[in-house]
Amino acid sequence: MKANSKKQDASQMLDGNRAAALGAKLCRVQVVAAYPITPQTPVTEALSEIVERGELQAQYVTVESEHSAMAVCSSASLVGARTFTATSSHGLAYMHEMLHWVAGTRLPVVLACVNRAIGAPWNVLNDLQDSMSQRDTGWIQMYARNNQEILDQIIQAYRIAEKAYLPVMVCYDGYTLSHTDMPVDVPSQDAVDGFLPPYKAHTILDPTNPKNYNLVTLANPRLNAEGVLCHGYMEIRYLLQEALEKSKEAIASVGREFGDLFGRSYASLLWEDMMEGAEIAIVATGGLAMEAIVAAEMLRRDGIRAGVIGLRVFRPFPRADVLRALQGCRLAVVFDRSISYGNEGTACSETKAALYGTGTNMRVHGFIVGLGGRDVKARELAGAVKRTLSLTDRGALNSESPEWVCEI
Amino acid sequence: MGTRECGHICGESSPGIGEAGKTGEWRDSRPVIDEAKCTPVRRNKPACFLCWLYCPDAVVSKTVPVRIDMEYCKGCGICAEVCPVHAIAMVEEDNSRS
Amino acid sequence: MSADYFSDSRPYEVRWHGRGGQGAVTAARTLAQAAHLGGLGGATASPSFGAERRGAPVSASTRISPEPIMVVSQIESPDMVVVLDQTLLKDDEVIGGLGSGGWLVVNTARPPDRLGVIGDFSVATADATAICRELGVMVGGLIVVNTAMLGAVARVSELVALANIEEVIRRRFSNRSAELNLAAIEKTYRTTLIERRP
Repeated sequence: MKANSKKQDASQMLDGNRAAALGAKLCRVQVVAAYPITPQTPVTEALSEIVERGELQAQYVTVESEHSAMAVCSSASLVGARTFTATSSHGLAYMHEMLHWVAGTRLPVVLACVNRAIGAPWNVLNDLQDSMSQRDTGWIQMYARNNQEILDQIIQAYRIAEKAYLPVMVCYDGYTLSHTDMPVDVPSQDAVDGFLPPYKAHTILDPTNPKNYNLVTLANPRLNAEGVLCHGYMEIRYLLQEALEKSKEAIASVGREFGDLFGRSYASLLWEDMMEGAEIAIVATGGLAMEAIVAAEMLRRDGIRAGVIGLRVFRPFPRADVLRALQGCRLAVVFDRSISYGNEGTACSETKAALYGTGTNMRVHGFIVGLGGRDVKARELAGAVKRTLSLTDRGALNSESPEWVCEI
Repeated sequence: MGTRECGHICGESSPGIGEAGKTGEWRDSRPVIDEAKCTPVRRNKPACFLCWLYCPDAVVSKTVPVRIDMEYCKGCGICAEVCPVHAIAMVEEDNSRS
Repeated sequence: MSADYFSDSRPYEVRWHGRGGQGAVTAARTLAQAAHLGGLGGATASPSFGAERRGAPVSASTRISPEPIMVVSQIESPDMVVVLDQTLLKDDEVIGGLGSGGWLVVNTARPPDRLGVIGDFSVATADATAICRELGVMVGGLIVVNTAMLGAVARVSELVALANIEEVIRRRFSNRSAELNLAAIEKTYRTTLIERRP
């Protein structure tokens, strides 16, 4: 037995953070403003080195906080620069206000969010509470299951963002992806250039045709000086919602085109694994959706027809896709690494809402797992599904509140 | 016809006269210029213009004599404050007591 | 590729134990890179997650498979445990989950039968510290054994070819450093003592 010594030139061993930095570089970002925070720090380090070495014609703006980082991205994007930032956890929380501003101004900023728990108490490890807590800011949210998907989705993010004029957050698990090396196919600069045309801002600041952006806009529409009826606050917010809903098409078409060019298709807003003929769907987000495939394989070996729905895109929420994927299932078990306290797991609520009004008898049961870096193993997922199935069959399943997998 | 016709996708406007409405209606006192004291008038050439410079609503003209557009002047009184020769007096709009 | 390594469709799992600063993470990454270089479709390497401080016990992991690796959770039942510092064996968790058919690979001056570790796994020992001291494989005055121990790993498992490990070292280090590390790997490979327990 001899190990094969075939070289894979385009394939590199990259951790998630390097994959994200490389993605931004390949997109020829022009302004990077980021503040370091564990476990995102290597993204900022890598990009500052890339800029310093002159490999990327970009301004790396050193800022004193994440709030300022997003403010810099906002201003730079407004005047037509392709901008990138990355953060995590408390940093994202600190950006919260500016996230709203950027979405409201319809600026195509791309942010890599390295998912990490939020205090209290202090914890630097992975869960999805940080980005899920930002789901209502008007950003597109995409989640990666592995490092290839980080790189690929950052490249797609710019196409989608600049087409829909919406900011995009590409989220990936802290440590389990950010600090884990795995093979990543890195596309050539030429190929990315062919896929991603230069950014054309909708907000051009031109001294000969001056504009004001985001002045006080009151409740009702009003006539401007030329007598044109202009939006009130509510009309602008309506357009944001409309853009998010419409972006589903753009996300799918950009994903399909990416697949045609690079051989990895992202035509669906969901990942569906073993869903053909499945009667039980495991629903999960991020790296957990990959571990869940191993769990589904275990269940299949035990004669349980399980499949996995991975929520690749969380905002806009792919309601119709989830509904279609769940057809034929009698049970959906949703594993969340984030919770809306006082209610239930984030994705669990969304899954239930997608089913509303369809007259289905399907049961949806939610588990809260893996908060603050608590390890989640495939066999634990499989065990939870088996327990849920057995309770369902006995008519004893209570899905009023989520079930926590912890030792309380 | 709805607001979609304006073509904006975010809060956007162009600076222009009257963009914030007929702000002259906000005024409760008006600036009155005593041209006998006003520097550009006295010297009959462009000079001083501090009222023009400081007016937050750009309703003061940089001309000889100086003119104030009462359709948009809010009556804030800054021109009267900055006038170095005290040529501008703020006079109440309400003349019911005079 | 031998089917033996992947008989039940799970990846081959290596857990590294060392102290902060000894390079367990780098060793885990180097092994994964070598596997990747060898054409294996699945290879991952991670540090242990949490606070990492010089001297504190740390661990790292490498997973290797012909197929892309879907597992992101921590290793529960390693196929191989590599210990960079023999004193860490005091903690039973170091060999936790290591079972029959597995390998314990330790940097120690003792031969396997005098290691005093009880288990039904095979044991390999190499005195990487002495080898690295003799060759001068040091960083900042400290002996660094992580790359040398890759020689011991290659000796007990043919999963990753020694040639590929050496190629990764050549790409990672400058000429002089690469030479030293390659000499340490080669000597460790040659002098590793093995005790197979079926």
